[in-house]
Amino acid sequence: MKISKEEVLHVAKLARLKLSDAEAEALSKDMESIIGFANKLNELDTEGIVPTAHAIPMSNAFREDVVKPSYDREEMLKNAPSAEDGGYTVPKVVE
Amino acid sequence: MKYETVIGLEVHAELKTNTKIYCGCKNEFGGEPNTHTCPICSGMPGTLPVLNKKVVDYAIKAGLAMNCSITRYGKQDRKNYFYPDLPKAYQISQFDLPLCQNGYIDILVEGETKRIGITRIHIEEDAGKLVHDDYGNSSMADYNRCGVPLIEIVTEPDLRSPEEARVFLETLKSILEYTEVSDCKMQEGSLRCDVNLSLRPEGQEEYGTRCEMKNINSFRAAVRSMEYEQRRQAEVLDDGGVVDQETRRWDDVKGISTVMRTKEDAHDYRYFPEPDLLPIVVSDEWVEEIRSSIPELPDQRRARYVEEYGLPEYDAFILTSSKKTADYFDATVSLGAAPKTVSNWLMGDIAKLVNEREGEPGDIPFEPAHLKALIDLIEKGTISNSAAKKVLAALFENPEEPAKIVEKLGLSQVSDEGALMQMVQEVMAQNPQSVADYKAGKDKAMGFLVGQIMRVSKGKANPQVINKLLKEALDQA
Repeated sequence: MKISKEEVLHVAKLARLKLSDAEAEALSKDMESIIGFANKLNELDTEGIVPTAHAIPMSNAFREDVVKPSYDREEMLKNAPSAEDGGYTVPKVVE
Repeated sequence: MKYETVIGLEVHAELKTNTKIYCGCKNEFGGEPNTHTCPICSGMPGTLPVLNKKVVDYAIKAGLAMNCSITRYGKQDRKNYFYPDLPKAYQISQFDLPLCQNGYIDILVEGETKRIGITRIHIEEDAGKLVHDDYGNSSMADYNRCGVPLIEIVTEPDLRSPEEARVFLETLKSILEYTEVSDCKMQEGSLRCDVNLSLRPEGQEEYGTRCEMKNINSFRAAVRSMEYEQRRQAEVLDDGGVVDQETRRWDDVKGISTVMRTKEDAHDYRYFPEPDLLPIVVSDEWVEEIRSSIPELPDQRRARYVEEYGLPEYDAFILTSSKKTADYFDATVSLGAAPKTVSNWLMGDIAKLVNEREGEPGDIPFEPAHLKALIDLIEKGTISNSAAKKVLAALFENPEEPAKIVEKLGLSQVSDEGALMQMVQEVMAQNPQSVADYKAGKDKAMGFLVGQIMRVSKGKANPQVINKLLKEALDQA
């Protein structure tokens, strides 16, 4: 299966990755072989087989609706590259 | 060209749980920024979400109340996108196996019942809030709302006008209030909607190209945005143009919408099954347990009011659209008051006073027993209708026994025939001309005499008794 450079760049953009021309070329080869490998599964007859929603055969792991103390704000904000007024400051984005 | 408008809605309702969907942080509006957060809801690496069972209960409850079929094997999925209000860079939602599907809500438009299809209801987490002001080239992210549980209700494109959409939203809101899954506070953003709207030439089967509108914060804004959008699309089509499929942002202050995203840069969410959460398997017993907890819903209550109490459809509709008002009505009627009389008070003077005090419908400060007592006082002839309005106003100020208020304000009317007869004779003696006019066939003279008697009684005479006594006296004179 052929993966074009444009497709590689589209996926890179979705993942917010900046690629050089050489990297994009190399990745298109890599992706071709990865997707080609995965495409082998399409050769199997899956008629009548329920799609797998989860790899572990378990269900219904629930929590009761009981309040637990939240974390200390200052402790949480220590992880932020930048914080102000008790909030995480981020580059301005207005969509 | 005449066009038909086609509208579908996506409504997000915050669920009234104690805690967030995947962690034990408080689900509470407001609060200082980032005081209701933990490593799970702020997306720290290595944390694992655990689903709040109440969220599943509430979603199924809403689904049953909207006549959906309940999915017996559901799963959760990741919806991937980058935005600073979403610290994990994905939202946990449901993609192909939502909890509820294929339901409907009946709405009442211009006296006709119309069935609006519900495509699906799924559970998901809310995102945080960004504050843009006062931070220069930065925005401040507050993650208190991250992980607040939501249900998203998606309708079929069955609505045909902004007015129908408004009625649908009101009806949906009352169902969510009756089932108590959401408190539906619009001003706190606990009920939000996105609108999909397209036009098609009248008579055409195929749908036109639709636009989606976001950033709608009230039902009023929803209606305005729809009116704007149908006008805008009609102009494009009339000019021979084509409507582009796009996402538009509604600006309620300016009353216009602007392009937010075109089809080309539409999000590519790359949904995939959430590996951190297990499938949700719903048993028949679980569904039945939830079904048995659903109270009487607005349309059932409306039908009951018409059948059992003989209320007009309109009264039944108004009363039941607010759960609080309907509960108040039921409580007063159960004390033995006449349903139509209670309805008149609730829809008339009481609604007016509640409104003046900027309350929500049904915010009545006094007990149903007080209203029943007030109605009794009128029926027994102790007070007149106009005195009753004064008692009502006093009840809003200070709830106490209406009889006490009547006494304090000196509002009781005189119904004693002996005392009233004296006044009748007195007034007749003072106004021989009017008596003669009446005898000569001028019925208007009777009204004048009643007015004079009311004046003598300082407004306390029972007008019905006066009318009866005066007529008898005049006929004998």
